[in-house]
Amino acid sequence: MNVRIDPERCQGHGRCYDLAPALFGEDEEGYGQVAGDGAVPPGRLDDARRAAANCPERAIALEV
Amino acid sequence: MSVDDRFTKENLQPRPDAPLGTRNEIVTGPVSDWADDFSHLEPEWAADPYRIQDDLRERCPIAHTGRFGGGWLPTRYEDVAAVAYDTEAFSSRSIIMGNFRPPREAAPIGGSPPISSDPPFHHDARRLLLPAFTKRAVSRREEATRAYCHALIDAFEGRREVDAAGEYAQHIPVRVIADMLGFPLEDGPRFRAFIENSLEGVNRPPEQRRAGMELLFDYLIAQVRDHVERPRDDLTTYLIEAELHGQKLTPQHVAGTMALLLIAGVDTTWSAIGASLWHLATNPADRERLVAEPGLLPTAMEEFLRAYAPVTMARLVKHDMQWRGVPMKQEDWVLLSFPAANRDPAQFERAGEVLIDREVNRHVAFGLGIHRCVGSHLARMELRVALEVWLERLPRFTLADPDAVTWSAGQVRGPRALPLLLS
Ligand code: HEM
Ligand code: SF4
Repeated sequence: MNVRIDPERCQGHGRCYDLAPALFGEDEEGYGQVAGDGAVPPGRLDDARRAAANCPERAIALEV
Repeated sequence: MSVDDRFTKENLQPRPDAPLGTRNEIVTGPVSDWADDFSHLEPEWAADPYRIQDDLRERCPIAHTGRFGGGWLPTRYEDVAAVAYDTEAFSSRSIIMGNFRPPREAAPIGGSPPISSDPPFHHDARRLLLPAFTKRAVSRREEATRAYCHALIDAFEGRREVDAAGEYAQHIPVRVIADMLGFPLEDGPRFRAFIENSLEGVNRPPEQRRAGMELLFDYLIAQVRDHVERPRDDLTTYLIEAELHGQKLTPQHVAGTMALLLIAGVDTTWSAIGASLWHLATNPADRERLVAEPGLLPTAMEEFLRAYAPVTMARLVKHDMQWRGVPMKQEDWVLLSFPAANRDPAQFERAGEVLIDREVNRHVAFGLGIHRCVGSHLARMELRVALEVWLERLPRFTLADPDAVTWSAGQVRGPRALPLLLS
């Protein structure tokens, strides 16, 4: 699975990097960024889903 | 180098030929029908806005009022989101719904950028603030905030009853923002009066409101001048030196943004801390569970923000239009109720219940779209630390007297008196 953030939608609420700090980080203005190439290790699938389900802007896409 | 002479009283006063805003007749008193005469300033709303908004969502999801010169109240999540996203049809020129509309020429900057700004100006004004308010930047204030919360509780030593709103919740955001702006820490009580005037005094006579605003701006100018003389590593000096499009900010922009940070950061966070403590005082099972499982607090806190979202915003309609079935007129208000959106059963399961372990919680307490609260990371840090310290130090508490609890009316809702019995 891969995670992706749509930069057009992201407003920097930071729910993703609060809930799944291994998968997401913040840039210097607080917008969300995926860590590395966005590949989700097997043990982090739930984290990825939880982050996507809590993003108020629906900016996070999960791709299988 | 020339002296910075932007911040004179003359420069900050409106020019004599500046366009005036419009005022309408002030209407107060009991509401006849919430669907067609709503008012967020009446005691019934302050006591329980949720019942009113839940009822409207079912029978009239975009309610109307003739008060305040005309306005609308959408209560469904999808409608609130649509208004927040549509900055073409809805302006942020004024975000406090009352009896005064600033002149149309005020757009797209408005009196307190970026909250009062529309695109394209909004983006750049907001960008100036973002770096100081990232999660990483605000985490540097956590230790001092925690120490301050402990000091507030130390001062309760020997007392059985305390006012958690006035003696705890209120002080925390005042201290944090005074520190960030570089204001004298002992000025806290003065800020409180400024804030009350701008957010809760909406139906007061215009002269009285203007006099209150003048006091605030006099105070801010004095602080700015002091910082011009002695620059420091704080937000005030940062704003004085900041540049936008190759030029220093106008004095109105600097003062307006400072006023915004002072006002937007205090009442809101105070309300969130107070409402959370009120919930825990009235729901012993949730309180006991959080004391036993402190790791649940970040999740519980989001649920408190959803269920007791402190902030409602407003917009002004830019042109006549039929909007989702209602005839909106140019200059009508839209009361943008994030609290109503947060309790829409079409968006949240068991929307009316507070579930402190709710896992999926796409709440909009900090808004949606381009105006997402700049202070959300700071507010979350303050709320988490305030609750952690309280629960650690004072794990057992109940309401001292339910009838003595009072809630603010208007667009920021939270307990203003919250007497708790400690045991
Ligand atoms: C629990 C506490 C808080 C809540 C619930 C809250 C809520 C909100 C909401 C809903 C908005 C959106 C306004 C709109 O759509 O028109 C907003 C904007 C804003 N808030 Fe907060 N806020 C809180 C704390 C703070 C703090 C601590 C600060 C800073 C010290 C702050 C600074 C701002 C600023 C500068 C904006 C304007 C952003 C823009 O227009 O781009 N807020 N807040
Ligand atoms: S939660 Fe959504 S809006 Fe917030 S930073 Fe992450 S992707 Fe962006």
